[in-house]
Amino acid sequence: MRDPVKSNLTIRVCMGTGGIAAGGVEVMAVFADRLAGRGIRADIRKHCSIHKVGCRGLCAKDVLVDVILNGDKTTYQFIKPDMVERIIEEHVVGGNPVLEWAVGEDYHQFHDKQVKVVLSDCGNINPEEIDSYISVGGYNALERVIKKMTPAETIALIKKSGLRGRGGAGFPTGVKWEICRSVEASRKYIICNADEGDPGAFMDRSVIEGNPHAVIEGMTVGASAIGADKGYVYIRAEYPLAVERLKNALKQARERSFLGKNILGSGFSFDIRIKLGAGAFVCGEETALIASIEGLRGMPRAKPPFPVHKGLWGQPTVINNVETLANIPYIIRNGAEWYASYGTEKSKGTKVFALTGKIRNSGLIEVPMGIPLREIIYDIGGGIENNRKIKAVQTGGPSGGCIPAELLDITVDFESLARVGSIVGSGGMVVLDETDCMVNIAKFFLQFTQSESCGKCVPCRIGTKRLLEILERVTEGKGRLGDIELLESLANDIKATSLCGLGQTAPNPVLSTIKYFRDEFEAHITKKKCPAGVCRDLLSFVVLKDFCKGCGACKRVCPAGAVTGERKQVHVIDPEVCVKCGACYDACKFKAIGKG
Amino acid sequence: MEKILEKIYQAFIDNEGNIISLLQDIQDEFGYIPEPSVYWFSKRLDVPASRFFGITTFYAQFHLAPRGKNIITTCCGTACHVKGSERLITGLARELDLAEGEHTTDDREFTIEKVNCVGACSIAPVVIINNKIFGKMSSDSLTKEVKNLREGPREK
Repeated sequence: MRDPVKSNLTIRVCMGTGGIAAGGVEVMAVFADRLAGRGIRADIRKHCSIHKVGCRGLCAKDVLVDVILNGDKTTYQFIKPDMVERIIEEHVVGGNPVLEWAVGEDYHQFHDKQVKVVLSDCGNINPEEIDSYISVGGYNALERVIKKMTPAETIALIKKSGLRGRGGAGFPTGVKWEICRSVEASRKYIICNADEGDPGAFMDRSVIEGNPHAVIEGMTVGASAIGADKGYVYIRAEYPLAVERLKNALKQARERSFLGKNILGSGFSFDIRIKLGAGAFVCGEETALIASIEGLRGMPRAKPPFPVHKGLWGQPTVINNVETLANIPYIIRNGAEWYASYGTEKSKGTKVFALTGKIRNSGLIEVPMGIPLREIIYDIGGGIENNRKIKAVQTGGPSGGCIPAELLDITVDFESLARVGSIVGSGGMVVLDETDCMVNIAKFFLQFTQSESCGKCVPCRIGTKRLLEILERVTEGKGRLGDIELLESLANDIKATSLCGLGQTAPNPVLSTIKYFRDEFEAHITKKKCPAGVCRDLLSFVVLKDFCKGCGACKRVCPAGAVTGERKQVHVIDPEVCVKCGACYDACKFKAIGKG
Repeated sequence: MEKILEKIYQAFIDNEGNIISLLQDIQDEFGYIPEPSVYWFSKRLDVPASRFFGITTFYAQFHLAPRGKNIITTCCGTACHVKGSERLITGLARELDLAEGEHTTDDREFTIEKVNCVGACSIAPVVIINNKIFGKMSSDSLTKEVKNLREGPREK
């Protein structure tokens, strides 16, 4: 038996929002406690966030724990505090990993086809320690840029890498910097847009939680390139952990002179402040974001002038997304050619996606641009949950569209997704299966954009409301003939006439679902049926005689008193009384409630 | 209240804050934005109260009415939606006996809210109970949590 005290031991516990929700804090505490109790000293690192490498990305399997003993890494999944003792006993002390708790083949498959740039250090480093970032080459890029390169050279390098904005629009980052640099002004600003409002997206949160220093470094490089001395990170208040880690990272960076006055003795000064968003989706739009930082209602204005000419407090301002900025240090360290070697001709590099929905390996992934969608779903994602059939993949959130299963062989890049009526967007990718109703999905997104419309321009404020009303009546079985055509024509008008990106893209989910799933809309309108069995008003609930055990669970939960029946006898639902709430369906343990 | 507002005012001056950060501070302190505090600041800063209310009603974060002791927030992001967040909400409203459009129970023990997305989609559906995130939520376990909160002392 080896002497554990002399062994080299590192334990990493996944501690992002996902990890903590699964009990990461407790697991780590037990590790620390038991190891101390046995007199074993280990370098325990809090590994952040779901996206953390080594796991991470796979927060569906949290809590994930890496045990690295003398260089051999074993990753455990679904770890609970009471499992820690055995891992210490058998693995740390005994030297034999507890194989039955280790991750399986699917875990490795999840990582095999990924290419990690932005996420390369997320999960290997401790996001709360600047030295951990420095030990993997962190802040080298900044030092090089401010000591050895001219702003023009920095901009040329970023242009050459082909990096395009990761927030949705895909504008070339180097070009944006170049324009801002060329504008004469007494003061310039750089803003990091971390107002990740798309439902179903968590790339930015994970990057900040996992590697906040990369964002700070990228931002400082950007500031030196455009000549800004002040920067803001506009971040959602709904991301408390990310805010906390970012604050901590800013403090550490200032202490080491990577931020503040006279950075690294170069004469260049730059500092960053955090501005908390207050929960308005439209503030992801850059002119609205600027208004919000200025303390106003976050309402967009007409462009031009673009923020690079007239931005925050009227000064030239560059706004970059979190993921874009986190790419910068790696591009400078490894070269423009290296970055451009990934991806397609027009979409260079890699992109982080939040792969969620009805997928087995749900999590955060980073893939080269141009990868076929099928590989993401089946190789990385491991296919559809519960062996159901895939129906569509929704990309780009409320601004995007649904890609139907028959188009799974398209590649994922800016151009090819646009061709099929969707967008890359910020990187949300929600997988839908045969039990999802596409009319309901369209309604879901319209509910979102309608309530988030700021109300400044008429097409968006009133147009989305009318779209939503039509969709609501369709899902309630009150759809009229001609509603589909009405939706299409209204949607196109809203697209053409809205003031900002929110309104211009809000109809996309409607148009793309009609384009690919017209039959489902027709079934709702003409047959008054929801083929997927989702829209409550079009359903009826019945007790399936052969399965009912007469346990009474449905009777107890029914709020309307629609269920009758004696104990151990088959129960009956009175359709006249039933309010179609579905409580019985949820409550039945024997799958004896049928809906259709 | 006067004293607290004075403290917030000082922090506002020291940090070069704006109306949004000011309202965020007020809400941190009181749990919502009490109307008198708006008039107090309107006078103090010589800014029309309408501007405060304009911002308060624009951003989802701000609340003009007091909220319950326990806040249960259901995530309504896309991933949570397709995994049944709507059913969780109707079940919760039923459990707490809230009519449609009501968010706070009469005894002010519970407030239910929705959030667009908390970005924890891999563990959908997500419910946040008093700032603690619960993943892979089911109606059953949600009911249990509510019962625990009713009976036990509030977790801090």
